[in-house]
Amino acid sequence: MDRRFVFILVALAVIIPMLLSINLPVSVSEPTQKFYDYVEALPAGSTIMIAFDYGPSSLAELNPMAKALLKQCFDRDIRVIAITLIVDAPTLASAVIQEVATEKGAVEGEDYVFLGYRPGQVQVMLGMGTDIASVYDTDYNGTAIGEIPMMQNITNYDQIDLLVDFASSDTVESWIIYANVRYNQRIAAGVTGVIIAQMFPYLQTGQLVGLLSGILGAAEYENLVGAPAKGMQWINVESFVHLLIVGLVIIGNITYFIHRAREE
Amino acid sequence: MDFWSFIGIWVAAFLTLSIYSVLYRDNPFYRFAEHLFVGVSVGYGIVLSIYQGLVPFALKPLWETVETGAPEGFIKLIPICIGLLFFARLSPRHTWLIRYPIAILIGFGSGIAIPNVLRANIFEQTRGTIAPFAEIAAGTLSGWGIFEAVLMVVGVICTLTYFFFAVEHRGPVKWLSKVGIAFLMIGFGSAFGNTVMGRVALLIQRVDFLLNDWIASIRALF
Repeated sequence: MDRRFVFILVALAVIIPMLLSINLPVSVSEPTQKFYDYVEALPAGSTIMIAFDYGPSSLAELNPMAKALLKQCFDRDIRVIAITLIVDAPTLASAVIQEVATEKGAVEGEDYVFLGYRPGQVQVMLGMGTDIASVYDTDYNGTAIGEIPMMQNITNYDQIDLLVDFASSDTVESWIIYANVRYNQRIAAGVTGVIIAQMFPYLQTGQLVGLLSGILGAAEYENLVGAPAKGMQWINVESFVHLLIVGLVIIGNITYFIHRAREE
Repeated sequence: MDFWSFIGIWVAAFLTLSIYSVLYRDNPFYRFAEHLFVGVSVGYGIVLSIYQGLVPFALKPLWETVETGAPEGFIKLIPICIGLLFFARLSPRHTWLIRYPIAILIGFGSGIAIPNVLRANIFEQTRGTIAPFAEIAAGTLSGWGIFEAVLMVVGVICTLTYFFFAVEHRGPVKWLSKVGIAFLMIGFGSAFGNTVMGRVALLIQRVDFLLNDWIASIRALF
């Protein structure tokens, strides 16, 4: 069979459910619930640092979960410090923060600040353990960090209640190795499906307080926050594609065994 | 919809369709979009690294030191000079100088990484594997929790046995390693399933863009 036939089937499995707007129920997994509960338990005025460690090639999975978390933070008066360690992420992260901040009426410099990108992953993680201003002397817009109201009482990880890494690569492991082990910083993560299997050992040991896995994690979090958006919409479509793939795997195996039996 | 948003949507739609056109067969549109992506990514990365890295961490301190002439400012010149030694590679006579920044980087990297990596990936993981048995001893773990704890220890021991090559895999060792392979296969299957989920999500996001943003921009024309 021409493999392009499979491509057409996958395209149809995406387009048809999207046009029909089918809604399937979304249950919440334990890692997502743990993540949500930890953020919910933080008192108003707490500070969360969000690392947008992903580029445009992973935004489909990570943007929805980042938006859901930002909505939860702004709703609960939790202050957000956003950074990125990935060179092609600043514009993307800035757009996500601006969109949610505008929707929720959050004020830049008071409710949130985006510090932007700095090269040298390990050096940035270690430097912020001592003094954030030694790594980020200005925010993304060039405002001196000393002039930003919400940064007045924040020096290092001691004033950060939770660090959340939205990642598509090995940055979560680096955060655990350098921020959690060295500075006892509490960490949660939202990651792409490709690397989720590597993250579960850290969740089991408590090195991660919560974990969101790909588009499924995003949909679950939107469900918990009560703000259904792209995550919940896309996971419905995803379910149909998965059904198709399972069907194709079964058909492929049956065909293989039939061919083998005939050859024997 | 303003003019530049409209242009942006059409450029993105054209590039998306160009990239997916490779599913039919290789063609000039696909190669154009691929090369454009690589070129823009590299160019953007270089510019950002200069303005977010070189300028605030090297050029700005250097300029301030020159301007003020403060003696403590000259300490910052040491790492800048060490960094500049990387460019010794460009001169065949002075290539040997590159050994110093590389030696410092490796020394710093190893010194800072080894103890933390050991603690994060070996000690904590070992503790996490055996900690549930303390709960079993205290009688605080449910039946399912006990099953999970035992299964995890069996999985760890069998998988490690598979990678233990100092003894021949015969008898009990052979069976333990076979069970280890089964655990590995389950792990690979889980990773593959999650990878499929991730890749399909990318497709869904682009189709969502084409069906909503792009089609809306076409409607806006009429």
